Amino acid sequence: MKAPVSWIREYVDLPGDVTTEILTDRLTALGLKLEGIHAAGADIQGPLVIGRVLTRDPEPQKNGKVINWCTVDVGAANGSGEPQGIVCGAHNFEPGDLVVVVLPGGVLPGGFAISERKTYGHLSAGMICSAAELGLSDDHDGIIVLPADAGAPGDDAFDLLGLGEEVIEFEINPDRAYALSLRGVAREAALGFGLPFTDPAERVVPEVDGKAYPVLIEDPAGCPVFTTRVVTGFDPAAASPDFIKRRLEQYGMRSISLAVDVSNYVMVELGQPTHCYDRDKLAGPIRARRAQAAEKITTLDDVVRELTVDDLVIADDNGPIGIAGVMGGADTEISDTTTAIVIEAAHFDPTTVFRAQKRHKLPSEASKRFERGVDPLLPAAAADRVVELLVEYGGATAEPGFTLVGTAPERPTIQVATDLPARLSGIDISAMTTVEHLRAIGAVVTEHGVDTIEVTGPSWRPDINEPYDLVEEVVRIVGYDQVPSVLPRRATGRGLTRTQRLRRQVGRALAGAGCVEVVSFPFVGEATFDKLGLPADDPLRSTVALANPISSEEPGYTTTLLPGLLDAAGRNIGRGSSSVALFETGTVAFPSDNGPAPIYGVHAGPSEAELEKLLEALPVQPQHLAVVLAGERTRSGWWGAGVEAGWSDALAVVRRLADEIGVSVEVSAAARMPWHPGRCALITIDEVEIGHAGELHPSVCKAFGLPARSAALEVDLDALMAAAPDVTPGPKFSTMPVAKEDVALVVEETVTVAEVEAALRAGAGELLESVRLFDVYTGEQIGAGHKSLAFALRFRAPDRTLTEAETSAARTAAVAAAGERTGAVQR
Amino acid sequence: MSGPNTDFDPVEVAAVSPAELEAARDAALAAIAAAPDLEALKAVRSEHAGDRSPLALANREIGALPPQARKEAGQRIGQARGAVNQALAARQAVLEVENEARILVEEAVDVTLPTDRDPVGARHPLTTGAELIADIFVAMGWEVAEGPVIEAEWLNFDALNLGPDHPARTMQDTFWTAPADNHLVLRTHTSPVQARTMLARGVTDEAPIYVVCPGRVFRTDEYDATHSPMFHQVEGLAIDKDISMAHLKGTLDHFAAQMFGDGITTRFRPSYFPFTEPSAEVDLICFVCRGVDSDACRTCRGEGWIEWGGCGIVNPRVLQACGIDSSKYSGFAFGMGIDRTLMFRHGLEDLRTLFEGDVRFTTAFGSEL
Repeated sequence: MKAPVSWIREYVDLPGDVTTEILTDRLTALGLKLEGIHAAGADIQGPLVIGRVLTRDPEPQKNGKVINWCTVDVGAANGSGEPQGIVCGAHNFEPGDLVVVVLPGGVLPGGFAISERKTYGHLSAGMICSAAELGLSDDHDGIIVLPADAGAPGDDAFDLLGLGEEVIEFEINPDRAYALSLRGVAREAALGFGLPFTDPAERVVPEVDGKAYPVLIEDPAGCPVFTTRVVTGFDPAAASPDFIKRRLEQYGMRSISLAVDVSNYVMVELGQPTHCYDRDKLAGPIRARRAQAAEKITTLDDVVRELTVDDLVIADDNGPIGIAGVMGGADTEISDTTTAIVIEAAHFDPTTVFRAQKRHKLPSEASKRFERGVDPLLPAAAADRVVELLVEYGGATAEPGFTLVGTAPERPTIQVATDLPARLSGIDISAMTTVEHLRAIGAVVTEHGVDTIEVTGPSWRPDINEPYDLVEEVVRIVGYDQVPSVLPRRATGRGLTRTQRLRRQVGRALAGAGCVEVVSFPFVGEATFDKLGLPADDPLRSTVALANPISSEEPGYTTTLLPGLLDAAGRNIGRGSSSVALFETGTVAFPSDNGPAPIYGVHAGPSEAELEKLLEALPVQPQHLAVVLAGERTRSGWWGAGVEAGWSDALAVVRRLADEIGVSVEVSAAARMPWHPGRCALITIDEVEIGHAGELHPSVCKAFGLPARSAALEVDLDALMAAAPDVTPGPKFSTMPVAKEDVALVVEETVTVAEVEAALRAGAGELLESVRLFDVYTGEQIGAGHKSLAFALRFRAPDRTLTEAETSAARTAAVAAAGERTGAVQR
Repeated sequence: MSGPNTDFDPVEVAAVSPAELEAARDAALAAIAAAPDLEALKAVRSEHAGDRSPLALANREIGALPPQARKEAGQRIGQARGAVNQALAARQAVLEVENEARILVEEAVDVTLPTDRDPVGARHPLTTGAELIADIFVAMGWEVAEGPVIEAEWLNFDALNLGPDHPARTMQDTFWTAPADNHLVLRTHTSPVQARTMLARGVTDEAPIYVVCPGRVFRTDEYDATHSPMFHQVEGLAIDKDISMAHLKGTLDHFAAQMFGDGITTRFRPSYFPFTEPSAEVDLICFVCRGVDSDACRTCRGEGWIEWGGCGIVNPRVLQACGIDSSKYSGFAFGMGIDRTLMFRHGLEDLRTLFEGDVRFTTAFGSEL
């Protein structure tokens, strides 16, 4: 909302020392937030004066252009009083017209300095200005021709043109529709400074006699009030007066024609949208009704729109002539031959207008106001004001008769405790102050005893419906800056949850392991999964789809963190990092088939069963953790060669993480994209799958621009953390001497270390403290298809030093079990 | 050492003369003193104190002496050997110290060599930022609540007094899941977590609600230096008896001071949010210029204040929808962008740096903010 300060001052007599800054500060404190202060042409430097064109000689040029060599009387402004010779390219003026002249020495917007200069064979001393050149509008169609009574040659043109006039732009919150008008803004200014307010809507209007254009309201819910007035003898060629043009420009609207400009002007002035119909194009009474299915209308923007039965339309006998509160129809539009005008000023249901505007994607200045709520008592005054302006500037005659159909909806009466503003604000606000401030906003207050008042909000405040709404009104006038700062004292929280603490620990452990955290967007598409090499039927391809994705290429919410993570790794490599280790934790989503999420009422909480049903409808959304390791895991340097990241590093990260939070994971071979089929591990906890780790498939490394043999992992972090013990039992260990035994076992290539290790553990019995593989050997001595695994076994008893015989027996048993279960032969 | 000489002729055997003994001792002591290093001392030890050294040989002969001569010879030889051994030990100690010192000198390294064998990890400032905020509130006795990012429409909107036709519902430019009649959205704010908390816990006099909800949210914004379709919010909710805007102000002032430094306070401006009434915008006094000579301040762009977020008294309609008796309890709520907060706290110029995953950005923050 843009409001010229001078216009505000018309309705509230602000003292001279209330600067624009003071005014905007006060209005911001009241809830009309300052967006900016504009002053069109504020950077213009004079002399900028009124001139009277004395002569105009058109001179055709070689390039086909015709310029005008003019002499202009600028009075004494040029110092000599002699006519000023000026070359002008525009043609929309005649000798005798008053124009705006900037003389040499003046500066136009953009630092455009004016000086005497030779052009087209003349010495041109100044410039006759267009509105665009003065920064007043985008109107390049010729120069400004002033009204004959604008002033005398040589008079200063600054104030005349409203140059440098300050226009305040406000951000208007949706609950303050009344402030989408000068009436509303000025009312707030009066409130802010405790000054009387002159309501421009307070007009003496004719008696309702139903004798203007006939109206039938067929849908009083959608259209509670409809008024019409009629003017005749209108001059369709009449120009809008400068003040209307200027104020519309200041508001941000273009001048179209007098009838349209007047309608817009009254809307900006009062907040009530109105509409003008060409009476001669109307057939039969105007009806406010719902549209019939498949009915059509051509709106003012010349678009044919198909209506639905939910649309409220204004219609005559020939069909719809407007979508109520949104846009008028082209068929009954004012044209350059219109002389009789029917003026509509009506009140429409906000929701109806909102839906229609959405349905037809047709937001307009009118719908913006109606959908937020217009003062339902305004139509009579607004229609009367339109009539007044059309009569005054369009040469029209106001026809007698005023039709007003319907009744304005009433404001509810609200019972409120007088101490509620004090209780909710924490400010000491007396009952008297409460009553006083509510009356100041225009509410009717009836006092009932000492503790309660009965309040009816003013007609222009449809947002005031409940006691808390009144509190905001009182507190904003008292001042939000009066709210004291007091800490609540009753919070007795239980600290972070176990899961929250574990998640932090996981992050710290990964950072400690040299991984850098990234945060990626979760949007994916088929191409994303193709890049990962996922087979066509991979369940990960089934995503929660978005109805309105940012990119149609990425219409789904991701099922895996790897795409974002690998992209980020590729980006780092592309930016010159040779090695990169990244991790991400985040939500992935898997669609649920539990049907749509219910929409419940809002007057009481849903029952437990209802809530459960709602929660079940949501997609399953676990937190995942993913890591990518590309390039050197340990760097090379003066100490020697580095170590390239590989499949085992990904597993090492998983195991380290599991150890950090006290979880034991199992690892087994798997083949799954995007991993190398021979270097992919399935991670399980108690045989339940939680994720995969290993070397990425060569094609995936290539697709993401990663070094060969980059490794990655992705696990279900929720599942991993869920396995963490609530309480770690204290370990028991012996301080007796250890007995160490090494064994080398030859097994077939396909036998896994885990299998052999499990067999050794089983065979060795309780004396075994630990098993650790320390070497793997293949070669001629072992034979093709076989490998030798060297394990270090440590034995210890809880209560004694083991004898050689005991250790040896345990070792033999371990080897025997390995032989039995895995075919291992001792080397 | 050989055994006592049993085959001796007392007549022919005479003790080493004192002069010879002294000469041998002095030769030994001189050699010891002259030994330049441990290696040389070892040779000296062998020569002058070894089995075949004159003193050792003399000592061996003691047993062969006539009994009357043994005591005296034994004394003399013992003293000489003692002196030599003592000198050896002393010299050994000196040389060991010297040797160690030399080795330590020789082993000196260039300590300015790089040590970056292992890659350096870091946590993302959005994570550590959210934790910092959570910690500030946990220290006040609040709890941290969480919820899913794909949320039921009812929880994201209806329960928060954003009815189907509420203009704010379009203001927020929501990502809807397909088909739209599934009534699921990517949450547009973390407020549904507040609704969930109220629904799950309810409120009693004994168990008020004080929760803070950090989390990821989505809106269909263009992606540019100051907007992103995905960003992060933290919201707070307190429901208790007699909660007022004063408690809201107190809490936010405390939060601001913890986050930006002592003396940093907030101010309220009237605003509108469907879930609060009265509603306020909350501004933070600029933590760089502190409102003094703000014109040149780049952080607040001359305002002296920084727009931080929105807040207000929880609209009783929200309490009702979430099953809480609005006649008994009142509450306050607030919310601000974590991304935005980090941007001005750390002087970040482009929001997108948060989501690009460039390690140079993240490692600059380490693992704590």
